[in-house]
Formats: sequence, C-alpha cells, structure tokens
Amino acid sequence: MLGQSLQLLFAGVAQGCVYALVALGFVLIYKATETVNFAQGDMMMLGAFFGLTAATILGWPYWATILFAITVMAVIGMGLERVVLRPVLGYPTFTVVMITIGIGYVIRGIVTMVPGWGTETHALPTPFGNGVVRIGGAVIAVEQIAVIGMTAALVAALFLFFRFAKLGVAMQATSQNQLAAYYMGIPVQRVNMMIWGLSAGVAAFGGILLAPVAFVHSNMGFIGLKAFPAAVLGGFGSVPGAIVGGLIIGIVESFAGFHLAEGFKDVAAYVVVLAVLLVRPSGIFGETVSKKV
Amino acid sequence: MRFLFKTDYDQDIRLFQHGGQMFWYGLLAVVLIAAPFLVSEYVLSQMQFVCIYAIVGLGLMLLVGYTGQISLGHAAFLAVGAYTEALLQSKGVPFVLSISCAALFAAAIGVIVGLPALRLKGIYLAIATLAFNVIVEEIITRWDAVTGGSRGMHLKAVQLFGYPLTSDASFYYLCLALTALACLALINILRSPTGRAFVAIRDSEISASCMGVNLAKYKTMSFALSAALTGVGGALYAHKVAFITPEQFTLLTSIELVTIVIIGGIGSLHGAVLGAAFIIVLPQLISMAKDFLPEGAPAAGVQSVVFGLILITFIIFEPLGLYGRWIKIRTYFQVFPFYRRGTFQRQRAYLKSERLR
Repeated sequence: MLGQSLQLLFAGVAQGCVYALVALGFVLIYKATETVNFAQGDMMMLGAFFGLTAATILGWPYWATILFAITVMAVIGMGLERVVLRPVLGYPTFTVVMITIGIGYVIRGIVTMVPGWGTETHALPTPFGNGVVRIGGAVIAVEQIAVIGMTAALVAALFLFFRFAKLGVAMQATSQNQLAAYYMGIPVQRVNMMIWGLSAGVAAFGGILLAPVAFVHSNMGFIGLKAFPAAVLGGFGSVPGAIVGGLIIGIVESFAGFHLAEGFKDVAAYVVVLAVLLVRPSGIFGETVSKKV
Repeated sequence: MRFLFKTDYDQDIRLFQHGGQMFWYGLLAVVLIAAPFLVSEYVLSQMQFVCIYAIVGLGLMLLVGYTGQISLGHAAFLAVGAYTEALLQSKGVPFVLSISCAALFAAAIGVIVGLPALRLKGIYLAIATLAFNVIVEEIITRWDAVTGGSRGMHLKAVQLFGYPLTSDASFYYLCLALTALACLALINILRSPTGRAFVAIRDSEISASCMGVNLAKYKTMSFALSAALTGVGGALYAHKVAFITPEQFTLLTSIELVTIVIIGGIGSLHGAVLGAAFIIVLPQLISMAKDFLPEGAPAAGVQSVVFGLILITFIIFEPLGLYGRWIKIRTYFQVFPFYRRGTFQRQRAYLKSERLR
C-alpha cells in the first residue's frame, strides 16, 4: 500500500514538473507584462516539434536536441513579442489575452500544415531507456526521475539568474513598475522581449520533458490548460507558487486517477483550483493588495 | 453633419435618437422580415445561425462589454440551455415554457458562477469560469442517464402553440423575433439605472461602490442576465442543429463566443450582432478562398490559422472592432474634410503592478 502510494506520488510529481514548467512560463510573462499568455501550451508544443525534428530527422543527440529547441523557441518568442505584442503594450489586459489566444490558433494551424509534423502523433526518443528503480516496493521509472531532476536543475538555474544576474534583476524591476524601471535606465521594451524569449525557452524545455510521458502531437498544447490551474493555484505572479501549484495538480491528478472513478482525473485540477480560489481569491502565494484609486 | 438639439431630458433616453435612425432600422427590419422570400434556403439557414449567435453575443456583451467581467465559460451556459431544452422537450413540455426554463436554469447557474466573481478579478475570474466550463462539460459527458453522455441527444422541431415550426422560414422568424426581443431588452436595461450601474462597475469598481452601487448585487445580476440570454441562445441552437453532444460545448466554443464580442467591438450592442454575422460568414469565406491555397493544406489547419490571424489583426489595428470601424467611417464623412487620425486614439497606460514582489 505504501509502495503503491509512493509510486503514485512519483508519477504525479513527474507529471507535475511538466505542469510546473508551463506554469512557470505563464508566470514569467505575467510578472513582467501583466499578460496571461494563453499560447504558452502551444509554444510548448512547437518546442516539442522542434526537438522532434532535431532528434529524428537530423539525428542529433538528446542534449543537442534540447539546446536546439530552446534556442529556436527563444528566438520565436522574442519575434512574437516584437511583432505582435509590442503594438498593444499598455492596452487593457483582456485585449492582450485575446491576442495570445489568436497566436495559439495560428501556431496550432501552422503545425498541422508543416510536412513531417502534420496531425499524426510522434514519439520522441529519450536516452533514459525503460529502466526502473525499486524503492521499498514502489517501481519508479528512470524517465520520471530524470524529468524531476532536470526540472529541479532548470528551476535552480532560473533562481540564480533572477537573484544574481543583472538582466534578471532588471526583469524583476520591470515587472514591478514599468515607469520607474524606465527612469532607472532599463530598456523596458527590450527586457519584455527577452522575457518572452525566456518563457518560450522554458516552454520548449517543458515540451521535451513531456515527451517520455506523452506523445508529440499538434494538440498537446492543450496541456497548457492544465497548467493554468497550476499557475493560479500558486498565485499568478509567484515563481515558487507556479512550481508548488504544478506539483499539487500533478499529484492530485495522479491520485484521483487511481482512487476515484473514471472522469475525475481530468476535472480534478479544475475542482481543486475552484476550491482554492473560493478560499483565497489570489492563490496560495498570491498577495491581495487593495487597489488605490 | 447632423446636430441634435436637445430640449428635453427624455431625448437622452429615447429609443431612436432621430428620424434617420428610425428610417434605417425600419428598413433593416423590413429586409430581415422579407429575407425568406429573397434568399436561398442555405443562406436562410446561415441567417438562423447568425440570429442564435447574436443572442449569445448580446448576452456576453452585457457581461464583458458593459460590466467588464471576463468569462471564458459561456459555452457552459450554452450547454445548460441546450440540454434543458432537449430534456424538457422530450418530456413534452410546450416550447414557451421550456425555453423560459432554459433561460431561468442558465440564469440560476449564472448566479452560482457569479458568486465567486464577487471576490475574483481579471485573470482569476477568467480561470474560474474556464474551470467551470470544463467541469460542466465533464458532468454532461458522465451523467449518462439524463444527458445521454457522449451519445448525445436528438431534438424534434419546435412546436409553438400546437403548430410545428418545421419549415426553415418559420424557425427563422422565431429566431429573428427572439433576437429583436433580446436587443430591445438590453437597450432598455442599459438605459435604466441598472445598466448605468453595470457601466460604472466596468469603468471603476471603487468609484462605483463609492457612488452607492451594490457591487455584489449588480455583478451577480449581470452574470444571471448574461447566462439567461446565452441559455435562450443554447435552446435555439439545440433546435437548429437537432442533435447535441458534449463536444459542441468545449472551451474552444467559449473562446469563439468571446471572439464574437471582440471582433464586433467591445461595448456596443451593434458589435455583438456584427460579430455574430462575421463568425458565421468567416468559414464560408475561407472555403471560398481555398482555391488560391497550396494543394494538400489541411482544412482545419487553414481555418485555425486564418481565425487566429484575424483575431490578432483586429486587436492590433481595430481594437474597437467592426462597429468601431463603422463609427470611424461615419465620422469621417460627417466631419469631412476635418477628420483626424488621432480622433479615436486610445490611451495607453504605463503598467504599475499591484503586487509588491
């Protein structure tokens, strides 16, 4: 019984790590530009497809695949910010949200039209094999441990970046007060562009990590809709919140899928987020500050 | 240019501001009533869809455009309306009663969704309504005994006071009449104190509450009204397609409904109707343009790309939507040759987060 729970826990955490990465992408963009990027899931899908191209068509090793996907997606993310988002900088939030929904539609449509990608499902090869580790009766796949480890490494790197790098601090300043950041000599628009690049890169990483768990498919972007509850649960705008929220959603889903009737697994995330929002309207780590007129 | 010289307070809230409006709306009414005799059966069927989407668009416009609350879950209200209608019809309840029940039940659900809206703002509200949509869809799929699950439900033609509305024209008149009623109802609500309270909430919640607007009451009311209209739209939709399954009411449908409001033009009733017409006509335009596209491009992909591009272009170049474009053209001619490009320029705001970290 204990071993089974441990096994479910690991499966949930591995799945939760992917949610957390997508949620992290949401939060990064939200923190900086107060925009929710509804295309985050589709950017993850695009990143996974670039990874697939590098791995199967070009035959590159796994680490090169990851680097390639992250780089390409970062460039695409920066391009999107420059071309689509910058003209609407300073418009009401909902307007910008609708634009990102439009971006999502375009990405999904384009992927189905690219030869070699199309609407079929593809499997992305990983170097981890099918090995398992046995811990006290629980059977845990090496793939899952790898996913958890790589997510932890990325989160640590991001933490150091935001804490110590000049650009990271500039990004934090931009997210708090754009006008003040301008006065301090921070090129706010360029920083915004880089945040979009960073977020797209994180999305690509998430897409590749998802590959051992799920197939690469033009509709895999809908997993972004699961990452929303994750980001909201932790409180939009809180980086640790995104990670915790993602893990909670992953674990809840994993246990609900095993213990409850069929169908509960898919809605579990949304039920949890509704419940949390009813108690804390701005998430677990979110702050409620009353608005000044 | 027309000058309206107002000598009476009643002139401000009159249904038609001047004779010109009365003439043009009258002409529109005549054309719409004569439509079944003028256009082909296919066009008439599309016009039924436009009417249905217009009712839903009006409901959503009240919530998004006038009260300023975001909803990404309106497909759920559409589903509630559609399934209520389907169930009641199968039990033999007359149409007038069943469509009222569909509206009331949707409104009741709207109140339930509206309650968290009192505490949630902006993106949190969007996520809550999104979650609500997913949960409703799942409930409909799983509640096999009542809703038929993913096998769906069949509907018969509408029976109005004993007369079956089997012909296209009669159902079209029903949709048209309900759309006109919905328009009139919303115009009346919006020029009453209730409507003013909605607009005040949209423009600034704090100012509104300082002016004595009961936020909780009016937000819930806005959700209920919006849901009721969407429920009516859902009931008509169910009759129109005659076969409903949970897959018709997904999150993507919700997004499509919001697009009606955005493309039509936020904050105008005209916009809701124009947006509905646009959403219905768009797939036809795309299929007509298919001849110019490269061979072998999948239809769904092309549609999705075009849909996304139109959404993006509209928001960047025409944030006021189709109706905003018409206002600009009209102003151009009214003040010819003095139109300035900056007349409708929107204010941008520097972003200052309310978060501390």
